[in-house]
Amino acid sequence: MTATTGRVAGGPLGPKPSLRRKTSRGSLLADRAATVVLWGTGVFVLALLGAIIVHFAAAAWGVVSPSFVLSDPSDTGLGGIGPLLWNSIYMLALTMLIAIPVGILGGIYMSEYAGENPITSAIRFAEESISSVPSIVVGLFGLILFVDNFKWGFTVLGGALALTLFNLPLMTRLSEQALRAVPQEERTASLALGATKWQTIRHVVLPLAIPGLITGVILTAGRVFGEAAVLLFTAGLGTPPHYDFTNFKTFSLTDTNTAWWHSSPWSPLRPGTTLSVYIYKLQSEGLGVYVNQIVDGCAAILISMVLIFNLGARLLGRILTRRLTAA
Amino acid sequence: MAQLTSALPASGLRARPGLLARIDLPRRVVFAAASSMILIVALLMVFITWQGIQLFIADHVPVGQILAPTWQPDATNGPTSFGILPFIAGTVFVTGVALLISTPLSVGLALFLSEVAPRWARAIVQPALEIFVGIPSVVWGWLGITILVPFLADTFHKKIAISLPVVGQVFSMPGFLTGFSWLAGSLVLSIMILPTITSVSYDAFRAVPQELRTGSLALGTTRWQTIRHLLIPSALSGVLTAVVLGMTRAAGEALAVQMVIGNSPSMPAAITQPVTTLTSQITLDMGNTVFGEPWQDALWTMSLVLLIISITSVVLVRALNKRRMGS
Amino acid sequence: MLNGTRRLGALAIAAAIFASACSSTAATGTPAVTPAPAATTAAATSTPASAPSAAPSAAAAAVTCVTGTITASGSTALQPLVDAAAKQYDAACSGATITVNGGGSGTGLTQVAAGGVQIGDSDVTAESRLKAPDAAKLVDHIVTRQGWIVVTNKDVTGVTNLTTQQETDVWTGKDTNWNQVGGPDLPIVLIFRPSSSGTRTTFKKLVLNNATEATGGQTLTEDSNGTVTTAVSKTDGAVSVIGFAYYNDPAAKPILNGLQLDGVDATVANMASGTYKLAADGHMYSNGTPAAGSLTEAFLAYMMSPAVQGTLIPSKFYAPVTK
Repeated sequence: MTATTGRVAGGPLGPKPSLRRKTSRGSLLADRAATVVLWGTGVFVLALLGAIIVHFAAAAWGVVSPSFVLSDPSDTGLGGIGPLLWNSIYMLALTMLIAIPVGILGGIYMSEYAGENPITSAIRFAEESISSVPSIVVGLFGLILFVDNFKWGFTVLGGALALTLFNLPLMTRLSEQALRAVPQEERTASLALGATKWQTIRHVVLPLAIPGLITGVILTAGRVFGEAAVLLFTAGLGTPPHYDFTNFKTFSLTDTNTAWWHSSPWSPLRPGTTLSVYIYKLQSEGLGVYVNQIVDGCAAILISMVLIFNLGARLLGRILTRRLTAA
Repeated sequence: MAQLTSALPASGLRARPGLLARIDLPRRVVFAAASSMILIVALLMVFITWQGIQLFIADHVPVGQILAPTWQPDATNGPTSFGILPFIAGTVFVTGVALLISTPLSVGLALFLSEVAPRWARAIVQPALEIFVGIPSVVWGWLGITILVPFLADTFHKKIAISLPVVGQVFSMPGFLTGFSWLAGSLVLSIMILPTITSVSYDAFRAVPQELRTGSLALGTTRWQTIRHLLIPSALSGVLTAVVLGMTRAAGEALAVQMVIGNSPSMPAAITQPVTTLTSQITLDMGNTVFGEPWQDALWTMSLVLLIISITSVVLVRALNKRRMGS
Repeated sequence: MLNGTRRLGALAIAAAIFASACSSTAATGTPAVTPAPAATTAAATSTPASAPSAAPSAAAAAVTCVTGTITASGSTALQPLVDAAAKQYDAACSGATITVNGGGSGTGLTQVAAGGVQIGDSDVTAESRLKAPDAAKLVDHIVTRQGWIVVTNKDVTGVTNLTTQQETDVWTGKDTNWNQVGGPDLPIVLIFRPSSSGTRTTFKKLVLNNATEATGGQTLTEDSNGTVTTAVSKTDGAVSVIGFAYYNDPAAKPILNGLQLDGVDATVANMASGTYKLAADGHMYSNGTPAAGSLTEAFLAYMMSPAVQGTLIPSKFYAPVTK
């Protein structure tokens, strides 16, 4: 396994040219052709991604502006997507609030405690199963559990819970990988100093795994942000009303039947259409001459968020690694 | 080294454990977090299965009927028939063609990344692939509707049909009248599953010991011959795993496919024609039917079929992995 | 009761709306029609207002405000109307929040019967879909009539009207070329709506008399008015059915041919008078009679008020149900 690290994959992999001369002209030609084709695949993917980014950048030009990002949707004009963006962010925060602790704790078990036994393999099987279940089936599960059985109706909370159980395996696996990447010597040293296993995990392993954990969190967040099929049946499909962020008049912690709980943008018990779901809604039922522009604008914002999440994960991971290893 | 550390904490080096340590609360908490996934999978399977068999239990539809080629769920239309074969066939065919397109491309890309690409190229292409994973499915669908579908309709219906003798014949026989088609669905899916197949195949190629490559090249073979006769055979089960995972993702994808395939609920006839899949039919009909009527129960049966497909693929992937570990 | 200026304002708005409505029907060869009864209702019952103003503020004056929060869910065909009415109501009454969700008529009926939402919007009657005990719990409020129009691609020239019989021949696959119904020599491409949708159900019942439609080959099924519009406008010989609101959308109208049905223009006025038959009631169901003084009751009453029936409904190309 150790042989795979390093730069062996590059050009120097081939033997010296003198040795190659033995091979026939035909196989050399095939080799050249293969090299060209394989390079072609790389270029193709980059070109495709470039084209998509350029396409949306061009489409969003003149559409995406501060007022588009912040204002309410309009029936007649270009309007904005403020409430939808808010719902996406709120949904993401709520989902991650549940998924991060459970995912990291699960990752700790899988990396530090799990032995080779039937329960571990059952957990692994469950992990792989949820990852492979279609998102629409998870959405339907959310529909029947949260919307129908719990009688919540369409709520942000129901959507966030459905998203959590859909993304928990990913979060757990990424956490496990991050924790496993911490060198074994660190654990040995800590235990040798008399620390308990949990103290070792808490004060030695977890801090060292932070860069990896953050990467995991951001990658999961990127997936949550773009998901639509899960939310179609759980969190609602509509144009949100105007959100009043100062609405705390009827707030009550004990009585969740007050208007606050069903209308305030801060409440998890209200319907919340997200940006991705809004794209789906607009492309199917949107009215007006601006529909295409609005969808392009939404898509451009989603793609930029994906870019930010990905680049952010890399950058932050790199900075933290440097800091922690330097310290 | 690993054995040494795991042996250490068990020994009597530590002070006598207190009550808290004996209960080992942290271990219980992390175990609960990890095993919550078992609970989730169990709940999901129970709920979807229960709903999925209502068609047979509550509505007394013979089990065999779902394999009929006729989908006629509307009772006002005469005798009903809940044949979901057209949707199963649509899912299989659309997924199949997507795999045919995506597999060579993805495996090529994996080979490029693992064997050909210099370090700098890998440093660009790998993040690009991660961004591909992050692009939301509704955005792919939107690109499909606004770019791919009109392109297929315009290019292959009106121009190539005349200008290219052979290709034109193929495409003009049934004709891409609208562009909404089986092929459009497969193309969108093939791009969506490209990162999955690529990254899993890449791991499989990297896992082939470096000594084998060096040995092969030392014998005077070209890089392509090494790839062809050594790498691909030894990484075959890994590549197959990649293809199965790609297939699972393609079969379960809902919104992007629904947006471009035309949703004609009849058996797939030609690649230029509209078809429908399990996921797209669920998306279309779920909201228009009411809970408990046979029509919606049939949709739940379809989601049970999707669940069975994905669990089967997990089992398949595990079998493939076991074979790889065994060999 | 009524201020002259206000009446003029309302009439001007109504006239403008109908002018735009009728310019759409010009394509099918009809002259402009006088405003429907709806428009006059608006003017006659509007509450006093000192200056001519836009519809929302007129609405504000007529509203019985109740604070609280409710959710209406269901039919996507009714969504634009209920959504706009809810926004007007919210704007007029601080402390009231009405959330309007789509999801489809089935979702609306299921959820209102289950108590998940307060109002279920539907294109079809509860009796036709829900089991009898569930349907019996629901109280129907018919708030509007909605119409659909058969549209074709622009290249289907010379076809401005189809009779019920011709529609049946076209949609059941008996006729496969436009020259069989007086059009050019061009194959007919059918673009269906999903068989579960209200549009399809209504069309099938009222126009096709429940005949079995053609399947396979070049038939498409599209869920959405938006996609249907695009597909019809880009596909030679395509025909489909879309809602009035979508047909009259400024983005859609110029690129589609709207057809008469049995020689009757697809206008809101004809739909309101009952001469245009491809139309159906828009239902808003509540679970039992709404409690007195509840927001549900107030909002359902608001849907029947002049502000909605007289002004908003025609402006969205639905037909009012009150005279």
